[in-house]
Amino acid sequence: MCLAIPARIVELEKDNAVVDAMGNRWRAKTTLLPEAKLGDLVLIHAGFAISLVDEEEAKETWHLLAEIADFDQTQDKVSG
Amino acid sequence: MLERIYKAQTVMDSACKAFGRRINIMEVCGTHTVSIFRNGIRSTLPKQLKLLSGPGCPVCVTDQSYIDIVLQLADRDDCLIATYGDMIRVPGKDGSLETKRTRANVKVVLSSEDALQLAKDNPDKIVVFVAVGFETTAPATAVVVEEASAQSIDNFCILSGHKLVVPAMRALVSEKNHNIDAFLCPGHVSVIIGYHAFAEIVERYGRPCVVAGFEPLQIIEGLGEICRQLSAGKAELKSVYTAAVTEQGNITAQKIMADCFEEADGFWRGLGKIEKSTLKLRDKYSQFDALKRFNMTETPVEDTSGCRCGEVLCGLIEPPECSLFKKSCTTRTPVGPCMVSSEGACAAWFKYGPERKHRQ
Repeated sequence: MCLAIPARIVELEKDNAVVDAMGNRWRAKTTLLPEAKLGDLVLIHAGFAISLVDEEEAKETWHLLAEIADFDQTQDKVSG
Repeated sequence: MLERIYKAQTVMDSACKAFGRRINIMEVCGTHTVSIFRNGIRSTLPKQLKLLSGPGCPVCVTDQSYIDIVLQLADRDDCLIATYGDMIRVPGKDGSLETKRTRANVKVVLSSEDALQLAKDNPDKIVVFVAVGFETTAPATAVVVEEASAQSIDNFCILSGHKLVVPAMRALVSEKNHNIDAFLCPGHVSVIIGYHAFAEIVERYGRPCVVAGFEPLQIIEGLGEICRQLSAGKAELKSVYTAAVTEQGNITAQKIMADCFEEADGFWRGLGKIEKSTLKLRDKYSQFDALKRFNMTETPVEDTSGCRCGEVLCGLIEPPECSLFKKSCTTRTPVGPCMVSSEGACAAWFKYGPERKHRQ
């Protein structure tokens, strides 16, 4: 339940942000991370940015998420 | 990357040889448990190194009485239940939220903001937010309680099931028969509370505490660091998740959480009552407290199903040692919360199978 996804802030007005991870975009709040700026990479948990994160870490996580998605799809095909 | 894995494994091997007995490391966090199983990390470890899955899955440690209150509220026509998806299948005395969903008053939300929005969109209903989770999730609840208060959204309330990680770790190592040599500490809880929060476990109980992220390399390096300390006879506080975790954590989130909540004694499944281990709303926000609003109290009930989730959560047994495991208790027909939650130890064992052969 403590999963957090790294995403880039692509829109920001007050503490309302739109974030992007691997082309997926969704709304998130920066209330818990007031120092976050447009273009920053942040960790998003349950709709809130909780920390800044570096580029290398974000790319590593995105890469793994993509792998898991591919793997799960393969599993579905095998079982279904 | 391979070089770093090899280095960590060499440290683990020599620690196991030097230690002369089995090394038990508890991964506190359910998200670690899933990553460890999904990535097959157990099979890469020396056989003398054992990983115990700890009480870090919020769904798993939520007491049955809390679930029963949620289900009672779901039966009311004037209520809308807003819950994270994780809670939807947990069985109570009388079904689960999934079975109540046919009544159309149970909504799955992805954030606390969605729950508050639900209240704004449904002024004729009282929205009850099923607020579970550790310190990672609690600040998000605090933000919307403050928002609801500032905007006078009176038809919103929360049922706080928020819990604190360090008091649970303290309770585990205070038990006489515990077998925990060290803790792999949760990455995203630590983003909020800072790795300094585990200092007490290191200093008072002499157990190494190492914070790691959730990628396989992070976990392996974290385990390697623990083994380095154990073989040197040391207990230290360290984070290998330097990309996101600082010593002091997210101060803004801590302040918002502290303004909204106070620590209270509370019940954990398997661990019983733990002092100052849960978060309850401060008096100034009592109008948003679902327990007060509906005049209800949590009364712990004895579990008579034969489920041994409690012992699993304390690291005392492994899931296959429970007589229900893979028989009456499966991921399709879960008896206990460790099988319901995708982050539960039983579900991970069930899905990814028994440990494969070790390297040596």
